[in-house]
Amino acid sequence: MNLDINLIIRFTEILITIGVVMGGLLAVVPLLTYMERRVLGLIQDRLGPNRVGPFGLLQPLADGIKLFLKEIIIPSAANKIIFLAAPVIVVITALAAFAVIPFGRDYKLHLELFGFTIDRTIHFYITDINIGILYIFALGSIGTYGIILGGWASNSKYALLGAMRSAAQMISYELSLGLSTVGVLLIAGSLSMVDIVNAQAKHWFIVYQLPAFILFIISGFAETNRTPFDLPEAESELVAGFHTEYSGMGFAFFMMAEYINMIMISSLATILFFGGWQPLFEWKSSIDIINIVQPIIWFCAKVFFFLFLYMWVRATLPRLRYDQLMKLGWKALIPLSIINIAITAIVKFIIENNIRII
Amino acid sequence: MILNILFFYLAAVTIISALFVVIKRNAVHSAIALLVTFVHVAGIFLLLNSEFLAAVQILVYAGAILVLIIFVIMYLNVTQRYRMFNRLKLIAFFVGVVLFAEVLYIITRTALKGQKGEFPIAKVLEMGNTEAIGKALFTDYLFPFEVASLILLVAMIGAIVLAKKEI
Repeated sequence: MNLDINLIIRFTEILITIGVVMGGLLAVVPLLTYMERRVLGLIQDRLGPNRVGPFGLLQPLADGIKLFLKEIIIPSAANKIIFLAAPVIVVITALAAFAVIPFGRDYKLHLELFGFTIDRTIHFYITDINIGILYIFALGSIGTYGIILGGWASNSKYALLGAMRSAAQMISYELSLGLSTVGVLLIAGSLSMVDIVNAQAKHWFIVYQLPAFILFIISGFAETNRTPFDLPEAESELVAGFHTEYSGMGFAFFMMAEYINMIMISSLATILFFGGWQPLFEWKSSIDIINIVQPIIWFCAKVFFFLFLYMWVRATLPRLRYDQLMKLGWKALIPLSIINIAITAIVKFIIENNIRII
Repeated sequence: MILNILFFYLAAVTIISALFVVIKRNAVHSAIALLVTFVHVAGIFLLLNSEFLAAVQILVYAGAILVLIIFVIMYLNVTQRYRMFNRLKLIAFFVGVVLFAEVLYIITRTALKGQKGEFPIAKVLEMGNTEAIGKALFTDYLFPFEVASLILLVAMIGAIVLAKKEI
């Protein structure tokens, strides 16, 4: 068997990219739980966790150790295999969706080392498939199963009610989430995330698609089961909703998946409407590393703005009633996003064919 | 080589899980088996270079229709174990044989073998999977497409009429 050196390099490159993206995500999630509690504390005029380590920064670590050491209790009437598989489904689908997210500008590496010349383009994404956004939505819809099956397998009334609410909610809001992005896809003319970001080099799509952005962010909040749409886990009615019976790492997985999905929706909002890694202003430097890092910092800053928005909204808005939730989804968001698609398509047709109206 | 192994894995799991959909007594287990079937059918679409169909397969069938099925199963709380065989098994056997013969007849005809038509794989790869499907669907097959959406609309209105007492 002859081993091709280029194949090995390519393979390790892919593995390293996957490792960096997944490791980065899993490192950000605990920080987010800390950030969320501190931001909520700030807005509600209290302190939040500040005892463990400097400014309470080690609190997520303490929580992690605690959750890791807790016993995983399986209810005696539960369906064991599905009960244990549900949190795994949720986390895997949430993580796998990040395979198509572009984090930074492509970089042409030219290196001369020990007589070898290395000429290759370094991409800041794991893969670029031509159905990128559909891939993300497909994985998101599989992730719903983790919640539904987890709630069902617990064999508990509260968990089942939470699961049913989440099934209805996810189906309803998946529609408006998908439809609200169609306007952007029409303008970009591609489903690939990399192409969408490249199409925004001059103007971010928020300029053309402000209504779609508002629809998208509302549906995104509902899709991640966050306030004001957190009915599947409404603590005042359903104890904790679908994850009532979960303890230890099972519970931790559901929490992790919720935060990863928040990062996902934030990244999607950034990529579709705010230009992804496209910087507002850029400081050109002769040192390459600064040029590489700047777009990545812009991307992370935009994503963190949306994550802050999540926490801000959680501290501000009360929960919707169930019938209000359904009314908002079916009677407001979906018709509005269809109108947005129609207007975008007509305007695009007029501009592309140079039709004079008057 | 790897593609062949992948295909046989996907095909085997599709058939076995599809069998489980029918065999399992617990309705939720059947639904989960159906989910596995859908995901592996999407895998077969991927092997055939049609990424768009694969994504839509998961998005529509696994993401929406099956969730609705599970929703109804949970809502009606189907826990009774029904008998697996009933009086209709003779008729069912007969219908099954006829359907199987039909499928065999079509497969053995050369009509479906190999690449035919205006969109061979090379062209699809060149112009993009999504674009190819969109072009075919909205030009040559516009009428069947509209008829299909009309049928879906009728079904939707029917469901609403049945479910709502006063409109």
